[in-house]
Amino acid sequence: MKIAEPFVSTTNACKMCTPLGAAMAFKGLEGCVPFLHGSQGCATYMRRYIISHFREPMDIASSSLGEKDAVYGGKANLMQGLLNVIGKYKAPAVGIATTCLTETIGDDVPTILHEFRKECPADLNGEMPALIHCSTPSYGGSHMEGFHAAVRAMVAQLADPETATHRGINIFSGFVSPEDIRHLQDVFAHFGLPATLLPDYSETLDGPALEDYQNIPGGGTPLDAVRAMPGAGASIEFGRTIKPERSAGTVLRDKYGVPLHSLGLPIGLRESDALFTTLETLAGCSAPRRYALERGQLLDAMVDGHKYVAGKKAIIYGEEDLVVGLTSFLSEIGIKPVLVASGGESGLLAEAVAAVTGEFSGDPPLVRDGVDFYQIVAEAEALEPDLVVGNSKGYRELARARNIPLIRVGFPIHDRFGSQRVLHLGYRGALSLYDLIVNALIEKKQEDSPIGYGYI
Amino acid sequence: MEPVIFEERKTQIHRKGAEPFSISCNKSSLAGAVSQRACVFCGSRVVLYPIADALHLVHGPIGCAVYTWDIRGALSSGPELHRLSFSTDLREKDVIFGGEKKLHQALIELIDLHKPNAAFVYSTCIVGIIGDDLKAVCKKVQAEKGIPVIPVQSEGFKGNKREGYLAACEAMFQLVGTGDTSTISPLSVNILGDFNLAGEIWIIQDYLKRMGVEVVANITGDGRVADVRRAHGAALNLVQCSGATMDLAKMMKEKYGIPFIRVSYFGIEDMSDALYDVAKFFQDKDPEIMARTQELVREELTALYPKLQTFRKDLEGKKAAIYVGGAFKAFSLIKSFRHLGMNVVMVGSQTGTEEDYQELAEITDEGTIIVDDTNPLELSAFIKEKDVDIFVGGVKERPIAFKLGVGFCDHNHERKEALEGFLGMYNFAREVHATVTSPVWNFTPRRRKSPIAVGTAEEACLS
Ligand code: SF4
Ligand code: SF4
Repeated sequence: MKIAEPFVSTTNACKMCTPLGAAMAFKGLEGCVPFLHGSQGCATYMRRYIISHFREPMDIASSSLGEKDAVYGGKANLMQGLLNVIGKYKAPAVGIATTCLTETIGDDVPTILHEFRKECPADLNGEMPALIHCSTPSYGGSHMEGFHAAVRAMVAQLADPETATHRGINIFSGFVSPEDIRHLQDVFAHFGLPATLLPDYSETLDGPALEDYQNIPGGGTPLDAVRAMPGAGASIEFGRTIKPERSAGTVLRDKYGVPLHSLGLPIGLRESDALFTTLETLAGCSAPRRYALERGQLLDAMVDGHKYVAGKKAIIYGEEDLVVGLTSFLSEIGIKPVLVASGGESGLLAEAVAAVTGEFSGDPPLVRDGVDFYQIVAEAEALEPDLVVGNSKGYRELARARNIPLIRVGFPIHDRFGSQRVLHLGYRGALSLYDLIVNALIEKKQEDSPIGYGYI
Repeated sequence: MEPVIFEERKTQIHRKGAEPFSISCNKSSLAGAVSQRACVFCGSRVVLYPIADALHLVHGPIGCAVYTWDIRGALSSGPELHRLSFSTDLREKDVIFGGEKKLHQALIELIDLHKPNAAFVYSTCIVGIIGDDLKAVCKKVQAEKGIPVIPVQSEGFKGNKREGYLAACEAMFQLVGTGDTSTISPLSVNILGDFNLAGEIWIIQDYLKRMGVEVVANITGDGRVADVRRAHGAALNLVQCSGATMDLAKMMKEKYGIPFIRVSYFGIEDMSDALYDVAKFFQDKDPEIMARTQELVREELTALYPKLQTFRKDLEGKKAAIYVGGAFKAFSLIKSFRHLGMNVVMVGSQTGTEEDYQELAEITDEGTIIVDDTNPLELSAFIKEKDVDIFVGGVKERPIAFKLGVGFCDHNHERKEALEGFLGMYNFAREVHATVTSPVWNFTPRRRKSPIAVGTAEEACLS
């Protein structure tokens, strides 16, 4: 099989930068304003990017460094910026992520925050919010590293074993859609398992129409719930490509002895089974009937539709954990993943893909990490895929250029409506993805047919 | 109202009539305020990006290139190299040891692969800090590959978008004057500062063609390197938008003696004025041109007016707020709204100059809020205070309007609807009408007539 040449340059990156992931994660903490320590442009660009996916306000403050600050350090701007944002937003928490610029000039943010906490309470009438900080130079990884870094920072910096009254489950669901988060909440509620889900941007980035503009949208994981995480009975963390040193669950396990269940993103039948089995163990009962039904309906659909999808070849791209879950699902339904690609570079992708595809016969998919769309397109040439599964970014050069359907999942979806409501997880998520895929293939067949069958 | 305004920003807001005109602007954004502004790099990228047969390589870590990948609607009638996003994707070791070697290799491979007619290399914040010598690398590659390889000094932190415009103009000016001008008509113009969003430049070109005027170079929408090289052969520069390409026009005037006029293609008056100004400029060379222009405008307006009147019926007396990148566009928008019987009650921009704001103060009604470099807190407060019916802005402003139950029209670089020319005025009116008159506002909580009880507890109905 032809392997695209390694390029020095990146063309049409299949990733975003680290602070974007951090800002997303901070948006899932109640009352938290994401704050980028760097120059103004980065924050504005990321806001714009995120807003066009969610169609919701996404305020990201910036310390707006200028030329002088870049030379002499950003301390003054960071302190002033924090005072301003805290003063105006009255935020109970601020999530501060560095950018490439402030990492390169070497600003020592923890020390600056320490001084801020000492010097500024008077200016804030003693109301010092929780200041969470993570280091996110973009040249050190993609948006997923930033996302995990922020989740881990929230846990590590807020967890307080003294106030840990929580006895439920901690769940770190990763970079999923608001609909996914809502679904998980339902699942836990139906199991009767009290859970703290972090981050929870299901409301902050998919809010209702309200009487007034919210400077800080409602929703998010309560600060106290994060503080209480060390008291939980267990943690569940999704993602087969999270290294232990990046994981929030590991912090709680190693520091506070909270047992950790590391699972893949529950996409498709087997990965969802793994989640439900874990939940059954934790709850000490079998899953509520509705989930047995959902599982049965999924299976039924898989049988009903199997000939439409049989042997079809798919290219899957996006965040590493997402593509592992999708690969697992597509393999189960009889679609051949021919290329599994990600801009991420955890080094764990190939192994994770092998783990979810291993039990099926046939050629294993080509797995490529650290790639961009130029390379993905080059590979696609020989692979002759029938469909493409990933975010909007593969539309023009990959899907449209070959006249094949694109199933839009993940982030960003900039060319469709309702991206917040795409459900990927659980039996129900698998079922809705299944419908999307089968219908896309039917539509393609119908459109390509000279007869124009109205009944397929 | 007051508490949302930062003390430091009070001088950047003016209320017409309440006080004598004064406004401060062109300041760096306030730390901690969620400015709607981008950076120097953004300014350069906006201006140069639509040159479709050039390679646009962003030298820096990945984000700066990712977030600017094909986000604008700048169309090309031919090559589409500009719609790809190229980056050197700097990594830790490049930051430590310098990125010059990587930049060199990236340029060579991309030029070999895509055979562009020129390359623009944008520097970002990090490049400014690690001190890569962009000029030297560009010079070397230019010698090796035989195409212009032009550094764009656009480190994000070195100011705001305006500095980016200047950097872009300086980069482009290196191309101007290097092409053959022998076949250019005496009745010829360059179109500056139009980005061909949704194909707008084609509308303008059509008008100019009907007037008998040749367009030498589109700078920069649907732009071509070869055209920019011979742009100094045009008789006149038409500069749209106050900020973006003004510097280039000035440089061309100084070096090649080409006069320029400022134009706007938005709205009926400004579009007509632009065409008449061109006709006036050329009437010595072609006495018929004025008649042809009048005929064109008459034809277009005859078709447009009745359609506008039907929209106007529903829009009379409604209130509009405007927040756009450059202030120049705001002038045209204010006039356009008047044609629809609407009043502008708030207007602002990211990068206006003091003269821009002064002019805005002159043409707006008493009580209008004029604002420089604002943020979501202020914008939402202004919209509520003035109880507006429509907000004109870009993608970042849209959710503010919608959350407040207010209509919205995208008038920024990302719009996919042509708003220039007479056709554009029709599209604008249609969009304004569609959003302002939508039945959904009857149901949004802020606007609905009677309050709806909202349960407090999750399971209230069960108890
Ligand atoms: S400088 Fe870094 S943080 Fe800022 S946009 Fe570029 S990659 Fe992202
Ligand atoms: S501010 Fe600097 S780093 Fe951020 S987007 Fe602009 S150029 Fe890139």
